[in-house]
Amino acid sequence: MKSQFRGGVHPADSKDTDKEAVKTLPLLELYLVSLSQHIGSPAEPIVSAGDKVLKYQEIAKPTGFISASLHAPTSGTVKAVEPSPHPSGRLIPAIVIESDGEDREFDISTNSDPNLEKGPEVWNDMVKNAGIVGMGGAAFPTHVKLSPPDDKPIELMIANGIECEPYLTADHRLMLESPELVAVGLRLTMEMVGAKKAIIGVEANKPDAIETFRSFDLPPDVEVAELPVMYPQGAEKQLIYALLGKEVPKGGLPMDVGVVVQNVGTLAAICEAVTKGKPLVERIMTLGGSVPAGPGNYLARIGTPLSDIVKQTGGMKGPAARIVSGGPMMGQAMTSFESPVLKGTSGLLVFGPGEMKALNQRACVRCGACVRVCPVSLMPQTLGNMVEWNIFDELEQNHINDCIECGCCAYVCPSDRNMVQFIRQGKAEIITRGQKI
Amino acid sequence: METVLAPSPHLRSPDTIERVMYTVLIALVPGSLIGIYFFGLHAIRVMLISIVGCLVLEGFVLKLRGRDISPLKDGSAILTGLLLAMNLPSSTPGWMVIVGALVAILLGKHVYGGLGYNPFNPALVARVFLLISFPVAMTSWPEPKPFTFSLDTVTKATPLGEMKTNLLMTGSIGDIANIDLMAPFLGNFGGSLGEVSALALIAGGLFLLARKVITWHIPVTFIVTVFVMTGMFWVINPQKFASPVFHILTGGLMLGAFFMATDYVTSPVTNKGMIIFGVGCGAITVFIRLFGGYPEGVSFAILLMNSVTPIIDQYTKPRTFGYLREKKVVA
Repeated sequence: MKSQFRGGVHPADSKDTDKEAVKTLPLLELYLVSLSQHIGSPAEPIVSAGDKVLKYQEIAKPTGFISASLHAPTSGTVKAVEPSPHPSGRLIPAIVIESDGEDREFDISTNSDPNLEKGPEVWNDMVKNAGIVGMGGAAFPTHVKLSPPDDKPIELMIANGIECEPYLTADHRLMLESPELVAVGLRLTMEMVGAKKAIIGVEANKPDAIETFRSFDLPPDVEVAELPVMYPQGAEKQLIYALLGKEVPKGGLPMDVGVVVQNVGTLAAICEAVTKGKPLVERIMTLGGSVPAGPGNYLARIGTPLSDIVKQTGGMKGPAARIVSGGPMMGQAMTSFESPVLKGTSGLLVFGPGEMKALNQRACVRCGACVRVCPVSLMPQTLGNMVEWNIFDELEQNHINDCIECGCCAYVCPSDRNMVQFIRQGKAEIITRGQKI
Repeated sequence: METVLAPSPHLRSPDTIERVMYTVLIALVPGSLIGIYFFGLHAIRVMLISIVGCLVLEGFVLKLRGRDISPLKDGSAILTGLLLAMNLPSSTPGWMVIVGALVAILLGKHVYGGLGYNPFNPALVARVFLLISFPVAMTSWPEPKPFTFSLDTVTKATPLGEMKTNLLMTGSIGDIANIDLMAPFLGNFGGSLGEVSALALIAGGLFLLARKVITWHIPVTFIVTVFVMTGMFWVINPQKFASPVFHILTGGLMLGAFFMATDYVTSPVTNKGMIIFGVGCGAITVFIRLFGGYPEGVSFAILLMNSVTPIIDQYTKPRTFGYLREKKVVA
């Protein structure tokens, strides 16, 4: 039962790099492996300055349940564990690794199951040990999603190949170039969560990816679903609704409706972790926007400074006015290229002066456009006004915490209101107030 | 080159307040031209005084409030000026138009904080203010005469007004309802200078719908409500009540339904709310026209519904995604 999820917008998809095959970036001298890769607790380093490390060697352990370990992207010496640039704009501790240029590998064969004999429980540990997080952007530790409690039976596994953010083509290229990794990853996760069926969801603007999967002799319990292009269809709950017509209840998780969703990049990483014992030390990301001289899709090691990506791909054609880590709808703007690639970094976009709409933020004129496009059916204009006027008491009863910050409201706003910023500010205020009590 | 550290989303649609306002102004061109065609130089005079008056006053009030005068360019003052003019008889004296502009900009808009904060449609506040303060001038309607550029005019009541008078005097609406309805459809009809041609206004309204500046919810429910309700009364007693076609083609209904009731700031934001708003506007219009003291009720109806817009918004909040209705568990 397929439905159109409510709301959503249609920005030009600008997938200019979708014909660019994935290229591997050369080995660099320095990597900054940030301890804060995802939501939840940061990882705790188990190496210190001066230590020698090998590629794939674990260098930081998870702390707490929602956390994931980190591994060295190459062999070399730990130069320091020190506050380093981060896409969030803050200085956050990172393990700085100086490469020895040899790229010697830690023996990972012992931690693999090439013939898939060991079974789902062992695989889950392998995923955990590989430090895999959701690679679609939110970077939620994957082993947590793959261990649903016993009272939440999982019927369906969804492979998220939607990639609804404009400009980004990393998932698209992965599906074209390594579809078998996605398919095997999907099969493994189906067994891990006990799902009997699976759907690979892909938007209609990637017909070649859909064709690739359909040309596979997929078992009858795996369906390839072509969905009409609509942002933010890649958001988990919107995708589930689009595919099944089911709403994940408030505050709930997909497992509450018997579903687990995994991004296709994450599935490929799961396949690599289980069959080869490979920890997550690299990912495909899109370099896009009008300014980079070598836009395309690149296989980058986690910790690669973004400045090196720019340097290695031919630099920039002009001045950069807006640098975005991630997609143009939900990505984080940065002031420089100093921060590194994280596990959730799906893209680096650089735009020139005058390309982005010059905003002139004014009072809300109550046109209702934001109400029509909100995929969560909130009244964004009310929330924005409340925050602007410091009326924080009614934010929660207007369900501000259900906002997924997709940005559709701000996208359509004729008053150029920074709706997402207002809502983040409101959410932060609620947390601050909670702490005071 | 400085990089910009802006919050997401980095992509924005090209929509702006300016684009909305100027699109509405374009949509009002056919109605304005028909007004000029039938009411000549006086129509131009009233429109010019009203628009220039609103613009000057907007600038003045912004200065007075210590604000930047850049909102002058957003088109909202021009739109208020044009809508006010279109709601006035072409014979309205210039000073009275200026009083209207003053009321619209000052009392309708800026006392609340300017564009976006006003609870009532500024042009309608001004129109109703003038109607109550200067009832004679505001209900003397020049007869439409194509291409008359003379400044002498013969005035007469509107068909809706004549109907009300007949009804009060004789208990019957008389033969007024039997007029050729092509006249109000095309605009060869007594009334405010911008409300006379249903055809021109519908054309403008369709343009707004096509450009997605407005949605169908308010205009369609407004017009359909007037049609259905007046139709019911007409079926019951055609001696006392005019036909529904007469009602939807005359008076300020088309102008009100497409251009005044749809004002973003003063109407509800949800589709459900807009439907309630449109039905409410229609019902109040009918009650005033058929049973009230005034022959025409569109302005009052819209203003009354403006006042309940916050309540409508409050009670038509969409159900948030994931907030499923609790299924009743049978014990």
